[in-house]
Amino acid sequence: MRRIFLIAVPYLWLLALFLVPFLIVFKISLSDTALAIPPYTPTLDFAAGWEGFKSFFSELDFENFIFLTEDDLYWKAYLSSLKIALTSTILTLLVGFPIAYGMAKAPQEWRATLLMLVILPFWTSFLIRVYSWMGILSQEGYLNQLLMSIGLISEPLIILNTNIAVYIGIVYTYLPFMILPIYSSLEKMDESLLEAAEDLGCSRFTAFWLVTVPLAKQGIIAGSFLVFIPALGEFVIPSLLGGSKTLMIGKVLWEEFFSNRDWPVASAVAVILLLILVIPIILFQRNEQKQRETEG
Amino acid sequence: MKRFSWFNATSLTLGFAFLYMPMIILVVYSFNASKLVTVWAGFSTKWYGELLQNDAFLDAAWVTVKVAVMSSTLATILGTMAAVVLVRTGRFYGRTLFSGMIYAPLVMPEVITGLSLLLLFIGIGLDRGVLTIVLAHTTFSMCYVSVVVSSRLVSFDQSLEEAALDLGCSPFQAFRLVTLPIIAPAVISGWLLAFTLSLDDLVIAAFTAGPSATTLPMKIWSSVRLGVSPEINALSTIMIGIVATGVIAASLISKRAAVRQQKDERAAERVEA
Repeated sequence: MRRIFLIAVPYLWLLALFLVPFLIVFKISLSDTALAIPPYTPTLDFAAGWEGFKSFFSELDFENFIFLTEDDLYWKAYLSSLKIALTSTILTLLVGFPIAYGMAKAPQEWRATLLMLVILPFWTSFLIRVYSWMGILSQEGYLNQLLMSIGLISEPLIILNTNIAVYIGIVYTYLPFMILPIYSSLEKMDESLLEAAEDLGCSRFTAFWLVTVPLAKQGIIAGSFLVFIPALGEFVIPSLLGGSKTLMIGKVLWEEFFSNRDWPVASAVAVILLLILVIPIILFQRNEQKQRETEG
Repeated sequence: MKRFSWFNATSLTLGFAFLYMPMIILVVYSFNASKLVTVWAGFSTKWYGELLQNDAFLDAAWVTVKVAVMSSTLATILGTMAAVVLVRTGRFYGRTLFSGMIYAPLVMPEVITGLSLLLLFIGIGLDRGVLTIVLAHTTFSMCYVSVVVSSRLVSFDQSLEEAALDLGCSPFQAFRLVTLPIIAPAVISGWLLAFTLSLDDLVIAAFTAGPSATTLPMKIWSSVRLGVSPEINALSTIMIGIVATGVIAASLISKRAAVRQQKDERAAERVEA
């Protein structure tokens, strides 16, 4: 009896507030836009009974999805989200790996402090961390002031409101997600393996490529997914740091919903984004499982 | 003794400079007297004064704290229950769906979570306000809590619980007297995580809030869209200060607790020997 209660409470909560909302999104993505409250048809009329159900289902169609394929704004937005997410994942890896490596090779008594320093920004507001770059990257911002005062540039660089600012923002905010899994895989590494490789005639660089990188592989994969998946649907970073030309699907969805008030199209955008995300999410889960198996 | 190599020292220095420089600049310039945020014009705390007189910000801060306390408490209860279900109850009908629903919100884009919850609230005719934000925040943060708590539950010795049951405890008593004290650190960090997630959230709150409630991130959002402002710098500094104090205090407390536990364990080993 208690067991049923224990299972039922969180189960029903998640069904009602996680699964059912998705079914609603899916249903509305098949509906038509209407000038009404709520702004779509058909709505399910329970009073009409079975007939109401029948007419409800007969009015649902894939029109919005066809609309998405016809207007190339959406194609471009999905493609450019993929491109931005992929590029910034690679950049985050390039920035994060040396930090994770340095942490794993640091003296033992330093590691806990370094780990806390990586986690600390994660507890501070995401919005504020993104916002902090606006003052740095703007045309009269701190970066341009610095570069001009040391005479490196004579004209201010335009970085804010471009895709470069979006890359910087994503790398900055998601860096801890990349560092932590790589650190945890490097930390377990046995130093003597490197010594063995060097004894066998590897240079330090080849030893790094042939021993360290493969051992860190699972951490690298996990970190990359942890950056790529949320970056794909990112909304705050492209809206604050990106410009009017920065196309990302999270931003399109937001505008479709709040500015155009086109709920069916916004829902269709969400459904497709979810379908795109299913593949990396499954790959990520598989990688996690593999990691658990090799550890257990 | 092991030392830093020059390469590692450089990459760590540069890396942490990158992580911390933007926030340090923000903190420093919050004490700037000039209205022009990027030009230094002497030390001043006037933006803090203006912030404290800005009722809209104070109201929003109050709403945010209320939402965060309620949703993180609810999420901790539900998330701990979910963790116990995942780790302890074995097979039941629909288990795969259950664990899927626990892990999916962790990777779900916020815009989708927000949109779907809003459509639900409108569909069932629930007035949007503090209640709907609490429901939305509880739903996604309970998943984080259950991940944190279940990782602690997995590693803990189940025979302790069985011993309590053998000695005549009811399952609930065994949970309260044995399991809960042992997993308490994980439950507390789950609560803290849920609390910060709720404080931090803009997108889901913006979808589910409606006109009657504005949270602090929504307020910050609407003013930073127009550019950098000194009041927001002051507000950010206060928030960064609170978080930094909290995290450092928590890590000191947990370090002390770990040392004490080690001592206890060693003492117990001696007794056994």
